[in-house]
Amino acid sequence: MTVLEIVDILKHRFGADLVGSVVEGTHPHVVVRAEKLVSVCEFLRDDEKLRFDLLRCVSGVDWMGKNLIEVSYDLISIRFGHALAVKVILDRAKPQVETVSGIWQAANWHEREAFDLVGVQFVGHTDLVRILMPEDWVGHPLRKDYQDPVEYHGLKVKP
Amino acid sequence: MKEIEIHAQPDLLHEGEIASDIRTEELLVNMGPQHPSTHGVLRVVLVTDGELILKATPHIGYLHRCAEKIAENVSYRQYTPYTDRMDYLAAMNNNLGFALAVEKMGGIEVPERAQYLRVIFAELNRIASHLVAVGSYGLDMGAFTPFLYCFREREWIVDLFESVCGARLTYSYITIGGVREDIPEGFVSQCKEFLDFFEPKIREYNDLLSYNHIFINRTGNVGVCPADMAIGYGLTGPCLRGSGVKWDLRKNTPYCKYDEFDFDVPVGDGRFGAVGDCWDRYFVRVMEMTQSVRIVRQALERLSDGPVSAKVPRMLKLPAGEIYFEVENPRGQLGFYIVSEGGNSPYRLKVRGPSFCNLSVLEGLAKNCLLADIAAMIGSLDVVMGEVDR
Repeated sequence: MTVLEIVDILKHRFGADLVGSVVEGTHPHVVVRAEKLVSVCEFLRDDEKLRFDLLRCVSGVDWMGKNLIEVSYDLISIRFGHALAVKVILDRAKPQVETVSGIWQAANWHEREAFDLVGVQFVGHTDLVRILMPEDWVGHPLRKDYQDPVEYHGLKVKP
Repeated sequence: MKEIEIHAQPDLLHEGEIASDIRTEELLVNMGPQHPSTHGVLRVVLVTDGELILKATPHIGYLHRCAEKIAENVSYRQYTPYTDRMDYLAAMNNNLGFALAVEKMGGIEVPERAQYLRVIFAELNRIASHLVAVGSYGLDMGAFTPFLYCFREREWIVDLFESVCGARLTYSYITIGGVREDIPEGFVSQCKEFLDFFEPKIREYNDLLSYNHIFINRTGNVGVCPADMAIGYGLTGPCLRGSGVKWDLRKNTPYCKYDEFDFDVPVGDGRFGAVGDCWDRYFVRVMEMTQSVRIVRQALERLSDGPVSAKVPRMLKLPAGEIYFEVENPRGQLGFYIVSEGGNSPYRLKVRGPSFCNLSVLEGLAKNCLLADIAAMIGSLDVVMGEVDR
């Protein structure tokens, strides 16, 4: 199924909750309202014609200039072989979105990584703790205004 | 000899009291980060009840080197060596994934000779990587000899790589626009010589390890991952195919010249237990080596004369936009998500490491399994911690 057809199905089903879509180019995606993410994702996984069964990646991007944080969920359908990304755009001061780890198990670790490095809060995640950085680290390193701490447990971070 | 005094307490022998006195307790076992069967610095905290694992929690991050943060501060061409150091057993494949993502975004055309060379080196590296996986898995299960056999063959591949680019582990040979330099004289015949030597050796591994009774007993029907569980956890590569799912990016969404080659996608069939057990995951790797040999032979035949790299400016600028691109690595799908604002370096670069997702399934696999099987499960997932932690 082409991206255009998939986006048409989503437009028909979700109407105004689909904020935007890009069907051409190197990263075709749809942008949905953050409150509707879980229902859109459930539909994408369960719909007979779509069956997006594998979550490949969850990436957070910090747009400091626009005061936004973008989270992109890259999906693929093993059954049909088509791919699409779903994006949500969050307020940078309070980047909260509901977790999709109930839909795809794979989201568990990916969301922990996005929380750890970009600071996105995934509401309803069962174990939202840091995954790559030490548990007591301060700050989210992939934020554009991130400052390295001076020292960590008595060790100088930047000698 | 000193006499041992026994203080028997007759009233304790009463049955009911003994039952109330003996309690079973959950025991926390810490495995790693320095442990020979964790394949790097992985720490797994196991909650055990006697011999049973109730819960296994992997703790990662010991090898985190901020690869994504570094990407925001270096140019695209400078980033290639960093990709080497993610999955350090398959550096060629990592280079290829990054180069293809950047080329696709920048609209760079790669010369035909370079495309075939890329396939040759990617597949040779796949063989080398699977040799490490197969050999060290035998080592995990207590078979030392196959490890030496596998490393002997890998040595030859590494020598071939060294003759081409001078490095034995971190090659940075596949660069944006093509490959760094042309192959040296006599490389094609040396490569064919290696393939002729190597192909019959696969049967030797099977005799030594794959069909060994002890090995089958330790891996068959252990750590069974059904297809829906594998897809749900986002497993890719041999771990997904071991669960019987025929999914390979080289076939499903071909890149480079993979659509021209004739090769099969082996999947697990549950020969010694259930589909998706440790033995299936292991054996998919063995079968894939044969297919890689087939691909390399075909690519060597098609190798034509011509330039090996497109002209790429030293300070490459990509147009504003984004891309998500995946290639089939020995361990699964390696993805690069690049967001560009039109500058010299990426605004954001995210790496989807296949080992990262493959490792996350351990929690589900190990539940209610025997403590002795945890090493079999970790080994069958074949994770490289450099890629998990990036």
